[in-house]
Amino acid sequence: MLTPAEWTIVSLSLKVSLVAIAAVLPLAFALAWLLARRRFPGMVLVDALVHLPLVLPPVVTGYLLLLAFGPQGPVGAWANRLFGIVFSFHWTGAALAAAVMALPLMVRAIRLSIDAVDTRLESAARTLGAGRWDVFRRITLPLAAPGVFAALVLGFARSIGEFGATITFASNIPGETRTLPLGIYTALQVPGAEAEVARLAMISIGLSLAALMVSEWLVRRGTRGKGPPVL
Amino acid sequence: MTALAFDIDIVIARPDRQIEARIASQDSLVALVGPSGRGKTSVLDAIAGLLRPERGHIAVGGTVLFDAAKGIDLRPEARGAGYVFQDSRLFPHLSVEQNLSFGMRYGSGRTPFAGAEECAELLGIAHLLHRRPRELSGGEIRRTAIARALLRAPRFLLLDEPTASLDDARRQDILRIVEEIRDRFALPILYVSHDRAEVERLAGMSVEL
Repeated sequence: MLTPAEWTIVSLSLKVSLVAIAAVLPLAFALAWLLARRRFPGMVLVDALVHLPLVLPPVVTGYLLLLAFGPQGPVGAWANRLFGIVFSFHWTGAALAAAVMALPLMVRAIRLSIDAVDTRLESAARTLGAGRWDVFRRITLPLAAPGVFAALVLGFARSIGEFGATITFASNIPGETRTLPLGIYTALQVPGAEAEVARLAMISIGLSLAALMVSEWLVRRGTRGKGPPVL
Repeated sequence: MTALAFDIDIVIARPDRQIEARIASQDSLVALVGPSGRGKTSVLDAIAGLLRPERGHIAVGGTVLFDAAKGIDLRPEARGAGYVFQDSRLFPHLSVEQNLSFGMRYGSGRTPFAGAEECAELLGIAHLLHRRPRELSGGEIRRTAIARALLRAPRFLLLDEPTASLDDARRQDILRIVEEIRDRFALPILYVSHDRAEVERLAGMSVEL
């Protein structure tokens, strides 16, 4: 079926995407909660910044990542000095690019699910003796959970497909940053590699389709019977 | 002198008007009556700590819950209210049993019941414990909400039109339960209703809003 080089591409893609969404989930949740529940100065700006990667040319996002997280960039130099983390030309850079591109989609999905949580249920829980943290843990989070899972699946699908920001920021290094789309792009440049292109494209399509179906299923499951009981 | 069951004198500012409420009662069951739209629910929300009055004070059973002048404003979870909302607000992701026991861990331990089963027995919902709120009828939802409020070991009860939109038989059920709570437990109860007959049957004192 797949050659060892192709397996490397697939497994690297999975690793990059899973690390990206796991790492960005807390940030996505915090931003979604902030945008759904708080009114603060600069909210419109934060909202716009979160959504920027959705509309910017990915190559610009990659360029900005290079400026900030590159070896000479302020964050990049700092992360290297403090934690020894290198982003540029490294798989962690591919994960960072994927995380930034997945963030807007994840924030949107989580924010919708937090918006859908009835605040009257939260105040009922307060009167029953639960403090803010317990209300969050026992009411808000479980009710928003299907949206959080949907966000993870959507973010994963977006990460798997990430191309422009990755190739700009982390380059196209076999075994390090050559994920599925980069692998397909590379194979397309090689005469006679049509079969490899087709195989990698099929895997891409399969993963994306599965992710979309799982996400749709989660959303349906989440909305069924979760409305407040009606009198 | 024993403390008043309810000692409330508040002004609540709403965008369109002001709501003023004064209740001073020795009787443990007080009815708050008046046509809908007068702000009866806002008064209950203020007592439960979900809404902050503009000025005034709220004391129940001798405990000060809110006093604007003295800067006292207890958090909702610290007030010990057993609040039965008009829209019941059962937690849809939890079973009836989990709804009932939700507040038990926060209670003072002075709950009059040995456990959730005994309370469910009294309210006639013992056979529903494993159901979800969406599988309950209107009367069952109300009784579950009352049981949930009782099981959090409340220091007082707030009942917001607990018989609204129920048929007559279910209505009688709820009234009997309220009477039993009134007679069995020494709990101050504030009962909101727009039904005069109901109020005459239950309350020692009624306050018009």
